[in-house]
Amino acid sequence: MSWEVVIGLEIHVQLNTNSKLFSGSKLSTGAEPNTQASLVDLGMPGTLPVVNREAVRKAALFGLAINADICRHSVFERKNYFYPDLPKGYQTTQLAEPIVGAGEVEIQLESGEKKIVRIHHAHLEEDAGKSLHEDFHGMTGIDLNRAGTPLIEVVTEPDMRNAEEAVAFARKLHAIVTSIGICDGDMSQGNMRFDVNVSIRKPGEPLGTRTETKNLNSFRFMEKAIKLEVERQIDVLEDGGEIVQETRLYNGDTHTARSMRSKEDANDYRYFPCPDLLPVAITDKDIETLKAAMPELPGARKERFMADYQLSDYDADLLSGSIATAAFFEGAAKAGGDAKLAANWVMGELAAKLNADEKDITDSPVSAEQLGQLIARLKDGTISSKIAKQVFEACWAGEGDPDAIIEAKGLKQMSDSGELEKIVDDIIANNTPQVEDYRNSDDAKKKKKIGFFVGQAMKATQGKANPQQLNQLLKDKLEK
Amino acid sequence: MHTKTLTELKAGLANRDFSSRELTEHFLARIQQYDGELNSFITVTADTALAQADAADAALAAGNAGLLTGLPIAHKDIFCTEGVRTSCGSKMLDTFIAPYTATVVEKMAAEGAVMLGKTNMDEFAMGSSNETSYYGPVKNPWDLERVPGGSSGGAAACLGARLAPGATGTDTGGSIRQPAALNNITGLKPTYGRVSRWGMIAFASSLDQAGPMGQSAEDCALMLQAMAGHDHRDSTSLNEKVDDYLGALSGDISGLTIGIPEEFFPDTLDGAIADNSREAIRELEKLGAKVVSVSLPSIKLSVPAYYVIAPAEASSNLSRFDGVRFGHRCEDPQDLEDLYKRSRSEGFGDEVKRRILVGTYALSAGYYDAYYRRAQQVRRLIRDDFARAFEKVDVLMGPTAPETAFKLGDKKDDPVSMYMADVFTIGVNLAGLPALSMPTGFINGLPTGTQIIGNYFREGQILNVAHKYQQATDWHKQAPAFGGEQ
Repeated sequence: MSWEVVIGLEIHVQLNTNSKLFSGSKLSTGAEPNTQASLVDLGMPGTLPVVNREAVRKAALFGLAINADICRHSVFERKNYFYPDLPKGYQTTQLAEPIVGAGEVEIQLESGEKKIVRIHHAHLEEDAGKSLHEDFHGMTGIDLNRAGTPLIEVVTEPDMRNAEEAVAFARKLHAIVTSIGICDGDMSQGNMRFDVNVSIRKPGEPLGTRTETKNLNSFRFMEKAIKLEVERQIDVLEDGGEIVQETRLYNGDTHTARSMRSKEDANDYRYFPCPDLLPVAITDKDIETLKAAMPELPGARKERFMADYQLSDYDADLLSGSIATAAFFEGAAKAGGDAKLAANWVMGELAAKLNADEKDITDSPVSAEQLGQLIARLKDGTISSKIAKQVFEACWAGEGDPDAIIEAKGLKQMSDSGELEKIVDDIIANNTPQVEDYRNSDDAKKKKKIGFFVGQAMKATQGKANPQQLNQLLKDKLEK
Repeated sequence: MHTKTLTELKAGLANRDFSSRELTEHFLARIQQYDGELNSFITVTADTALAQADAADAALAAGNAGLLTGLPIAHKDIFCTEGVRTSCGSKMLDTFIAPYTATVVEKMAAEGAVMLGKTNMDEFAMGSSNETSYYGPVKNPWDLERVPGGSSGGAAACLGARLAPGATGTDTGGSIRQPAALNNITGLKPTYGRVSRWGMIAFASSLDQAGPMGQSAEDCALMLQAMAGHDHRDSTSLNEKVDDYLGALSGDISGLTIGIPEEFFPDTLDGAIADNSREAIRELEKLGAKVVSVSLPSIKLSVPAYYVIAPAEASSNLSRFDGVRFGHRCEDPQDLEDLYKRSRSEGFGDEVKRRILVGTYALSAGYYDAYYRRAQQVRRLIRDDFARAFEKVDVLMGPTAPETAFKLGDKKDDPVSMYMADVFTIGVNLAGLPALSMPTGFINGLPTGTQIIGNYFREGQILNVAHKYQQATDWHKQAPAFGGEQ
């Protein structure tokens, strides 16, 4: 009997508030070390935390987005442990009474199958600083800019059964938090970090011993790390070994993982309610206000894409998945006047280029407006789809708007039938053997053999001939 | 000048009987002359004091004096003061120059107060005798072989010896009231949340509260007026209107009901202490108050509950002293663990270590429910006891401390007996109530005090009761023969 994989995730989502969770410091983005750290962030004696209501609001908004209960009096607790980049010697977090209770997220797999992943809870907490091990001659540098950054930690039930499901969930979560505007969603900046809990068992048996692989910061690494860990666990068990409950670290560069600490070494965090903070009160009125201001969620957006743009379930799911992709698609569709074409281009050419250049859609060199313009020219017959790809490449390379490129390069499709007719006549006149051959062929062969003339004509027009028009002309003339 | 109360000195300044500079120089001279023996100050800030005094004189001359303009005040060394060492009585912070100023200090400075310096205290406010200070014990000005109480022992002793006319203290389990009683001064612990904790180095966050210490209730009212108020930087500071404390000193206590909790007069209590407090209560009865007996059945659990909750919070609050960013760092650490272990082992004294250990244990997996959770339940019971009592009475009274000042070293090796020094004061902190200790006489030449506990935010009422008593008696005016002059 084969092994069943059981996966649960813990995801740290960095909230995009103006200031930190318990101090007025700005959130740091690439600032000089320790320039975005106030007395509170430094854990100076006598300083006290004051909770950032904006972070509370954003956490509650997330709870509403996943249909969870919002705790009306959530409690901050202290998680005590020593680490140089943890200034107070404890992290202020939530444990017994987190702000977001049980909820659920629906995911869709490539097969089209849908599945519910249950959320155990989500809690608010502060991030730690960073330890810098390079450039300090064997010592460690501490940068506390990140210390106190607001996070929500989302904890799922062990509902996922393979890496694909885990990634689908992670992507969906990314879509939700970016759609409701609580997180910038930039994975490269650590805006979302994943801890994966993996265990395996024979179907029907109780849960196996799990390991936790921490701090995965891309969907790809998460997928690879899960697969690697599943393989490792199968090997261990099939060799008659035992899985040790431990925390593991995955190295994306080498695609290897190692044990960081076992359960025996685990800290006793001595959680207790933080006496410096009152319970965080959220009223019915707060909830109503949040609900009224709830931005469109990925699920609703998908439904809308299917209804408004006649997209397939799969296309709609893909395009609504990230708010940036959705916005790009809608922008291109609107500017180009054709949703289907826009969908194809965003999922096809654009996605391929972004992927190849390892770019995020928000950094796409071709803007939604530019893609829209390209689509419009394709739609009105100014250019062929072949030329369109050429224009897209030029636009990607920064050569200007599609209209300007078409103009500058003279890529306009030849729509003057007189001009094209002359070219076709010349080709027929100059290729007598091929014309004879064509005329002597049966219908099936003719379909293939017409390609030669199309090729000649395209060559002569530098690809600017309208394919339908050209085909019609050739057929008419060759049959004469 | 030093025999005068803060209130009298305020009038003297207003009247131009003397300048703030003269006043400040006078107290600085007394500190210079006598504090070598007393050890009540850790740091004396003479230069800044004189500069503040000159500024105060200018303000007085210009007619824009604040509540405390020109009045010298001694701050407990638990309050951060920018540019001045803030040691908290610990080797750990011996070299710590605070980069900012505590709200209490800031508010009093804004009202024109002159800071004389920073007073000695038990290390991190943990102690009832001032013997745990890294800077050595403070002596009781009434008997130099005896302790001044703690943890605000330096504040109480310098007031008792008239080295300062007013002082700030903090009270986590009795740290204002018990030393006040042992030095014949008046000290008030306000309602939890009445005075901001911003900039006050935390011992046990849910219990710590700053308050005034002075020669009289009137002086305390004057200082509290400047200290109290909401502070957006302290989430536990309450957004309640600040009463007019001086205005509350009507001297009228007709209709006042005083409750005597039977638990504050147990059979085991020293008879002289019990008699002293009963006599003080009788005096107030004569002055128009009604006296009834009440019961606080859970109060007997306050010491054990306190010695779980306070160390638990302290164990976490003191984690930041790790040798990484500020405070003591051991020489030549070999690795991170060595840095932590040696910095903390060297930087903290025995009592602090004891409480960190107790607190760490109480919060540990498997013990949390039996200790910390249980202690919090007891805390609720104690709060409920007080609430029931305040349905029937206006204030509660009893002895502040179970004994007068004991000899230095007597309890140093017996922490539990030391902890019992706070048996009557701790319940108030667990409930978050305001309470005052005032001088009510002497036993064998040593001062003793009686505590007045009020309902939440009734500082004005407590101060008025004490003021009434002090108008009718002169215990609070007694000063030790310390320094040879009266």
